[in-house]
Amino acid sequence: MFNARDIRKDFPILSRSVNGVPLVYLDNAATSQKPRQVIDALVEVYQSFNSNVHRGVHTLSMEATDHYEGARQKVADFISAPAVESIIFVRNTTEAINLVANTWAVQNIGPGDEIVTTEMEHHSNLVPWQKVAAMTGATLRHIPVAEDGTLDTTSLDDLINPRTKLVAAVHVSNFLGATNPVADLARRAHAVGAAILIDAAQSVPHMPVDVTSIDCDFLAFSGHKMMAPPGIGVLYVKPSVLESMDPFLRGGEMVREVWYDHATWNDLPNRFEAGTPNFADAVALGAAIDYLQGLGMENVRRHEMEITSYALSEFKALEEDLDILGPRDPAIRGGLVTFNNPHIHPHDLGTFLDQRGIAIRTGHHCVMPMHRKLGLAASGRASFYVYNTNEEVDFLIQALRDAIRYFSSR
Amino acid sequence: MQMEGLDSLYQEIVLDHYKNPRNHSLLEEPDLKAEGFNPFCGDRVVLTAKLDGDGLVSEVGFYGEGCAISQSSASMMTEAIKGGTVANASEMVAVFKGMMQGKELSPEQEDSLGELAVLRGVREFPIRIKCALLTWSALQDAIAESAAR
Repeated sequence: MFNARDIRKDFPILSRSVNGVPLVYLDNAATSQKPRQVIDALVEVYQSFNSNVHRGVHTLSMEATDHYEGARQKVADFISAPAVESIIFVRNTTEAINLVANTWAVQNIGPGDEIVTTEMEHHSNLVPWQKVAAMTGATLRHIPVAEDGTLDTTSLDDLINPRTKLVAAVHVSNFLGATNPVADLARRAHAVGAAILIDAAQSVPHMPVDVTSIDCDFLAFSGHKMMAPPGIGVLYVKPSVLESMDPFLRGGEMVREVWYDHATWNDLPNRFEAGTPNFADAVALGAAIDYLQGLGMENVRRHEMEITSYALSEFKALEEDLDILGPRDPAIRGGLVTFNNPHIHPHDLGTFLDQRGIAIRTGHHCVMPMHRKLGLAASGRASFYVYNTNEEVDFLIQALRDAIRYFSSR
Repeated sequence: MQMEGLDSLYQEIVLDHYKNPRNHSLLEEPDLKAEGFNPFCGDRVVLTAKLDGDGLVSEVGFYGEGCAISQSSASMMTEAIKGGTVANASEMVAVFKGMMQGKELSPEQEDSLGELAVLRGVREFPIRIKCALLTWSALQDAIAESAAR
């Protein structure tokens, strides 16, 4: 039975106070908190089997390798990957996307080709493509965002055309919360012979994601947004695509044989993991996946939809003072509410809320172009996870109400 | 709840300058011009000033968007440097920065700050010090640039 109050007990940090009051952590889209089970798993690595992976014949190295590769299998199962070799461990979503940009993209994209992203991309799924476009002579195009904060798909036939080589789209927007029809985008991309990359940083931690049914070529996400430590992330690559990709970083671990003037490559996926990998955090990611699967991803999604739905209805009471950004329908919205008051800067709101122990994100959330399009420099964002409660939403609403009064009456 | 802290940050005079910024328009053909941008929060200010024949700051105007701290600091600064020499403005930058960094100020320096002293409350909120300093750093750049010309 899914109960956020019980779940909270697994997260030691949630019992601390901030500025003399209990912490209300609503900045989960930036990073999530970690349950005891994940912290323990990380401690166990260092206390029980810490050793370099894939090299020694000694017991510790074999154990470390088994745990590391076991974590890879857990990730593969978690996102229904067709093969464990299609899971590459990286640092985070940004590195995953840069890996594709520096390998597959420069191998397959040339002058006159087109790369299509959306107007709501995080900088991590925009800036690497700017570089690829500049390097290869390709054109970068953007699927527009409609008034209601969803993707405007009316011009897709024009945007995704035979010149398109890659569609790179965010699954759930970290700014607007919009959930994009990625399976449909994948179908359209493949119909014109293009590949598709999905930025799943805000979806894999929060809902069931199945790479086989989406039929994407690349999918990227970060461990730290799903209860694992920072510094471990995942790039999924469809096996048929992975075979043709040149290595990215070169050095130890990724080679089979080395001569003074050349080298041959290791098997997949180790070919893409040069140097000693972050095996400790990968093992902790495995523990985070165990924890999430214990809750059930359907239940995680249902809880977040409920709390977002509650928050959106409570925010209505502040309608006169706060604009809500992004789609209003919780069924197509990730677990976050982004808001703005034209007269109170989000950082002033954020400082006020912090005095009440409430942590929200304020700023541009690494989505500057979309803010600019909306005529904003910044916004406030409350984002939820499994341990957040309606009561915390009430604290937020009350504090926002007080903040608005505080800044307008003086 | 730490309302004392908040009140020391958002003093009435700060919010007044935020809501009714002084000298809030850019000057044509300025002698000094500088732009400040804080990518962390998107705060932005553009500062312009004119000098008269005696080297005094005869007119000053800014335009900006951002939080109460950055904008009120800019507004107060325009009032503080108007009518003084560029050297005075430069000295004021040093004194204001010194206050924000927690340096000991002489009684004369304290006096020279005038109402800018209310921004001392920002020191309790280290993440916001950059907001208070945004326009001052821009002014410093503008002075340095004009000296180099």
